[in-house]
Amino acid sequence: MIALVWRELRRAWSSGGVMLPIAFFLLVAILFPFAVGPDARLLGRIGGGVIWAAALLAALLPVERLVAPDVESGVLDQLVVRGFSDAGIAAAKMLGHWLGFGPALMAATCVAAALLHVPGAAPGTILLALAIGTPGLAALGIATAGLVAGLRGAGALAGLVMLPFAVPLLIFGAAATSGTPGAFKLLAAISLLLVAGCPWVAAAAMRMGRG
Amino acid sequence: MSASLAFEDVTCLRGGRILFEALGFALGPGEAGLVLGPNGVGKSSLIRIAAGLLAPLGGRVTGEGARALLSEAAALDSERTLAVALGFWARLDAHGDAVSEALAAVGLRDIADVPVRLLSTGQRRRAAFARVLASAAPVWLLDEPGNGLDTASLAMLEARIAVHRAAGGIVLVATHQPIALPGAQEIRL
Repeated sequence: MIALVWRELRRAWSSGGVMLPIAFFLLVAILFPFAVGPDARLLGRIGGGVIWAAALLAALLPVERLVAPDVESGVLDQLVVRGFSDAGIAAAKMLGHWLGFGPALMAATCVAAALLHVPGAAPGTILLALAIGTPGLAALGIATAGLVAGLRGAGALAGLVMLPFAVPLLIFGAAATSGTPGAFKLLAAISLLLVAGCPWVAAAAMRMGRG
Repeated sequence: MSASLAFEDVTCLRGGRILFEALGFALGPGEAGLVLGPNGVGKSSLIRIAAGLLAPLGGRVTGEGARALLSEAAALDSERTLAVALGFWARLDAHGDAVSEALAAVGLRDIADVPVRLLSTGQRRRAAFARVLASAAPVWLLDEPGNGLDTASLAMLEARIAVHRAAGGIVLVATHQPIALPGAQEIRL
């Protein structure tokens, strides 16, 4: 199991699965000041929400390479022959994906928060909210990757499948960032639900894909 | 090595079509099964059912001993070197030290440090066969093992299968090209 997690992490770093989404995340965060103007107070106020929206969009990028390449190359078949359960494989993929994507995103958030003039202690709150919310995003990414694996136009479809389910994360993530009471607990609840449920969705999709 | 593989009244449905019905055979230690038939008749599906990747519509598959699968897909990470990519699987099979021996057996030891993406079709096929060798599984499921192999490699494949059977292993081979399997049970689809 550890070997599978490690393989995911290594592949994420070596194939651009981490650096590309992070660069995209920063780019989206940089675009907002150009769009809404250089008013530091306005940017500081919307900064948390902008970071969450950018994180969501960045989380879409690696989806195509999470499951489909392993289906195509037969890696999934070989794992199943060795007695790994689909849910176990999906859980290992989720963990490996988060270990690559989560901490890198949080590091990039420090840069983005400075660019957006997020004031005072708010960057710390944003980081905490991301630490709670990104496992949910990673889980959603694996489930989506399993569902769209092998389909044509999988990239575009992934957005349509994933983003609606990510709305609760966005709502409570942004609310937690702006200090709404109770939002942290709801964010954690949603994130936990996704982490617990998504491996089963991905597993069912991978099993159907074999039939 | 104690091993067995048996199909009991197995029926295979794919794409809304019955490929084969009430198929039965049993293989014991040292025995081989040769699945023959024209393209699209369900040879690969039979191998996938034997590997547990495909659920049969009816009947059941029983057996003893770990199974190793050689399918069309090589399942080796293309950016890694051959030895490292095979090592990943060998470690999962708890035979991490078997890689260099398996590579030597299939004649790929000299290119162990070459990235998998640079390998030719035949080399990739032999690398996938090396994974079967390194797995030390008693039951081999080989889907078109001769595809892309030259005459010398084909002879190597036949010799390795013979050694495996002599040690009490089981081989189930699906092929459309002639592969020498003395005394093999023919399964015609």
